[in-house]
Amino acid sequence: MSDNNKTKEREPMFSAKVLRLLKNPFNLENPITVQVLGICSALAVTVQMKPAIVMALSVTIVTAFSNLIISSLRDTIPSRIRIIVQLVVVAALVIIVDQLLKAYVYDVSKKLSVFVGLIITNCILMGRLEAYAMANKPWPSFVDGIGNGLGYGMILVIVAFFRELLGSGKIYGMRVIPQSFYDSGYMDNGMMILPPMALITIGVIIWVQRSKTPELQEK
Amino acid sequence: MEHSNKYIFIYSIVMVVVIAVSLTVVAVQLKPAQEDNIRIEKMQNILSSVNVSTADIPKKKVIDIYHRYITSVVGINHSGDVVENDAEKVFAIELANEFKKPADQQILPVYTASLDNGDTAYIMPLRGKGLWGPVWGYISFKTDFNTIVGTMFDHKGETPGLGAEINQSWFMDPFKGKTIFDQEGKFTSIQIIKGGAPDDNPHGVDAISGGTITSKGVEKMIFDNLTNYQAYINKQKKQ
Repeated sequence: MSDNNKTKEREPMFSAKVLRLLKNPFNLENPITVQVLGICSALAVTVQMKPAIVMALSVTIVTAFSNLIISSLRDTIPSRIRIIVQLVVVAALVIIVDQLLKAYVYDVSKKLSVFVGLIITNCILMGRLEAYAMANKPWPSFVDGIGNGLGYGMILVIVAFFRELLGSGKIYGMRVIPQSFYDSGYMDNGMMILPPMALITIGVIIWVQRSKTPELQEK
Repeated sequence: MEHSNKYIFIYSIVMVVVIAVSLTVVAVQLKPAQEDNIRIEKMQNILSSVNVSTADIPKKKVIDIYHRYITSVVGINHSGDVVENDAEKVFAIELANEFKKPADQQILPVYTASLDNGDTAYIMPLRGKGLWGPVWGYISFKTDFNTIVGTMFDHKGETPGLGAEINQSWFMDPFKGKTIFDQEGKFTSIQIIKGGAPDDNPHGVDAISGGTITSKGVEKMIFDNLTNYQAYINKQKKQ
């Protein structure tokens, strides 16, 4: 990566600025815990790890490519219809992802069912398009999309990890809590399967994150 | 940047055309793969109602297994007569579409399976309403058309952990060996009993706590769908 740093006066592919775009969404600018975007799907698809990971990847792909497309078109898009143009691009990408899932990973697409369609209304997408892609070059926009998609995905996977572990005693579909625990009276917490506990889990994540990062604490 | 109205119109027209064409291309290209998935899932569901699990088997092999077990597929009408013998056509029947037609035009599938232990089982599809959306499934009977061999249920969007449990084996397994006719030969269907069915009840299984409406929906689905098959079942019993 760093070999690119010396190439002429062009900005290097992975300059500090671009790397920051990739890193910030994981902490200081996390879409879910800091910007509070994309909460709806974070509650819905986090009962198990597998759909959470697929959802995270789908959102990452859609955010990255819609950012790339919108950023390349940003000088031609008439400002009066920019939101419509953004929506059309996002909707088209989401439909393509949905069709691909249906054709190649049918089981997963059944589990995600309506949530893939709901990527279209995922606030992260529109947020990144308006806030970043409309004003920046394609490459940084693409990286920004990947960063935000992954930052979103990270929270999804953390929430899904706890919900699956405590709710059904499994991780990624594999049983981790041994039968002897159940025999001696342990029970899966049915509450974890329901959406309210996802919200509480996200709340706990926000709490932990804020107490560890002074920049995020309001005075 | 301000653009003229003309620019905006042309821009939106070009954008819509480009996107429409690319979406059409994707949809047409992927359609065969998607349809295969749906067909294979249906085969897996039919097989699982006679307790043949194909969950961990590669999709391609499911088709072979299906054809090995399922020996005949016919479509019958409400009077119990066979009206369609083409297995492919009957396989393609969706009950959701059939129920929209008048009763005398509906075609209901019956699948015959030959099991590993040499028994024959008759499989009938089911479709009904749960709490949030449709529930469906398959139920299979021994040759007496009375004793249940196995069931398979699924749903579109019942509550996870509650109504959604109908597709779990703890809910489906107790159906095995239950009967749908009482000693006098009267149709009783299957009762899904809140608080648990007594062990000696030959027509009852446990309901899902917290999933009452879905449980009731499954019960009604079994009753309604089997009622449609009554004429056929009576004719088969006489033979």
